[in-house]
Amino acid sequence: MALDRWIALILLGFCLIYGYTAWFTMDASLAPFMKRNPIWPSTFPKLLSIVGIGASLIILLNLEKGEPKEMDMDYRRLFEYKIGQALFLLALMVAYALCLRPLGFIFSTSAFLILGSFILGERKWFTMIPVALIATLFIWYLVQQVLGIYLRPFPEFLGV
Amino acid sequence: MLEGILLGLQTAFSVQMLLMVIGGCLIGTFIGMLPGLGPMSIIAIMIPVAISMGDPAAAIILLAGVYYGAIFGGSTSSILLNAPGVAGTVATSFDGYPMAKQGKAGKALTVAAIASFCGGTIGAILLMIFAPALSSVALLFHSAEYFALMIVGLSAIAAFAGTGQVAKALMMTILGLMLGTVGEGTMFSLPRFTMGIMDLQSGLGFVTLAMAMFALPEALFLVLNPAASETGKSEEIKDLRITRTEAKSIAPVIGRQSIQGFFIGVLPGAGATIASFLGYAVERNIASKDEQEKFGKGSIKGLAAPETANNAACTGSFVPLLTLGIPGSGTTAILLGALIALNVTPGPRLMIDEPQIFWAVIISMYIGNFVLLVLNLPLIPYIAKILAVPRNYLIPYILFFTLMGAYIGQNNATELLLLVAFGVCATALRFADYPLAPLLIGFILGGMLEDNFARSMQLYDGVSFIWERPMTLGLLVISVLLVLLPSFRARRARLRSAGVADGD
Repeated sequence: MALDRWIALILLGFCLIYGYTAWFTMDASLAPFMKRNPIWPSTFPKLLSIVGIGASLIILLNLEKGEPKEMDMDYRRLFEYKIGQALFLLALMVAYALCLRPLGFIFSTSAFLILGSFILGERKWFTMIPVALIATLFIWYLVQQVLGIYLRPFPEFLGV
Repeated sequence: MLEGILLGLQTAFSVQMLLMVIGGCLIGTFIGMLPGLGPMSIIAIMIPVAISMGDPAAAIILLAGVYYGAIFGGSTSSILLNAPGVAGTVATSFDGYPMAKQGKAGKALTVAAIASFCGGTIGAILLMIFAPALSSVALLFHSAEYFALMIVGLSAIAAFAGTGQVAKALMMTILGLMLGTVGEGTMFSLPRFTMGIMDLQSGLGFVTLAMAMFALPEALFLVLNPAASETGKSEEIKDLRITRTEAKSIAPVIGRQSIQGFFIGVLPGAGATIASFLGYAVERNIASKDEQEKFGKGSIKGLAAPETANNAACTGSFVPLLTLGIPGSGTTAILLGALIALNVTPGPRLMIDEPQIFWAVIISMYIGNFVLLVLNLPLIPYIAKILAVPRNYLIPYILFFTLMGAYIGQNNATELLLLVAFGVCATALRFADYPLAPLLIGFILGGMLEDNFARSMQLYDGVSFIWERPMTLGLLVISVLLVLLPSFRARRARLRSAGVADGD
């Protein structure tokens, strides 16, 4: 089974859960007077779940035949690609999300930019560090001072 | 109309707006040139900046400038490197890259710039004529028709997705609509599908989703497959001039393609990509025999046609956005999201309620096209140097800008985790060849679609509005036909090619 049909299976599961919530659990909290309305909060989701289940079944059962076309990226060759780098970068993004507030913008961002280049194979520290620091300070200035959006610059425990 | 134009001129010619257009065009050109970053990602990255400016006219002018710049930048990289940054400029590389290989890169860039300029300008004139007319018709529409019209728009997007893709595009649209129902709707003060998570109460962030759908997968693809982004050596670019005979030969092409491209752009779901391919195909078919031979080997007609068409189509795609409030493409969907965030609702009332925005956008299209021509043409050799930025630096910065965009929009670290999660899902979907633009369009239209549906249900106390209002019924029938026709035709073609006799 090709990847698109596996994904259709996952989407079918998603639609079923969505539909179950819409059809069976959502109306429980509806106030009695609202039940006289022609439209309930669950009406639109109910319709969506039906069409969604239909569409995912069409893909899953391969009812709509199309010619296989040449893709610029092929998932069958996924392990020939630099998947390790991609996974590390994703982990780095998650770490950044978790550290942004506690460790402050300036430290987290410069660390993110330096480690990001490092993961991609850059080893020229004398270029990497100054570039990252300048970019971080510049963006912090732009966001905080020019756009006026608060970004905690320093770690939380410093209390600044 | 004259009054409107004057108002637009007044707004668009202020120093701030001029700077916005120039800045937007430059940023768009620079980033649009980088292979793998299309206008959608760039606009998504620019949204937080635009929203925090607070002035809707300035914001949309900036974003529109970025949009034109990105399309222009995309053609530069397709001509110089055969690496189209945008799907809409793939057809440009058919003849642009051969020209560059023959040492005529400067000439190719000039032809592209002039063709883009003419396409964009003629498109803007057509927009000025058609948008007010369409919006006065649109004022007759009730919520039932709006509901039906949005269904037509969404099904058109699914229908134009291509062979074997209709169900996938439909599925993505539905998924977008489903994601749009998360949180508290405007009609009901009841949290839906929040799974008890407080951060989801106000719904998913549109910027987060836009970044996760476009910018993040593209950056991940660049990481996964470095070969795809490998930048060639940009040779010295000189001799930007074109001769009089060349100008004469491309003039009719530009004229035809501006008009054709514009009307293709108006159709929801078609957009710049289809316009450019169709423009190329049409011009090749009507060219003389020996000119047809040259197509694909560096014909300037073959370069001018897609360039004119994609710019005219970009302008055309503003028509449904500004008059009906329905985006026809991923890019205009992002623009719509930004406008809504700034408390402006595009639609037929836009021209009446906020004429300065409506006309300023149109006037800024002329300025934007002019800026692209005047500013970028002499700068091309220098701009091309950006292609030399090493990817080890480029990728972390792209990732950082997507994170920052999502964070600034919501000021919430949970949003960053959502961004990564959605980004991974979007990458998987792209691997499986699911189109992502319908998802975002569905997400953005979801709220409006449901509101209009709920309003008509309440007015008619049930679904009777579907058959009691002929226009609604007609539109809904069209949308069903749109979804069913491609698969019906594909089936018939398959049966014929398989040699199955019809009912023997």
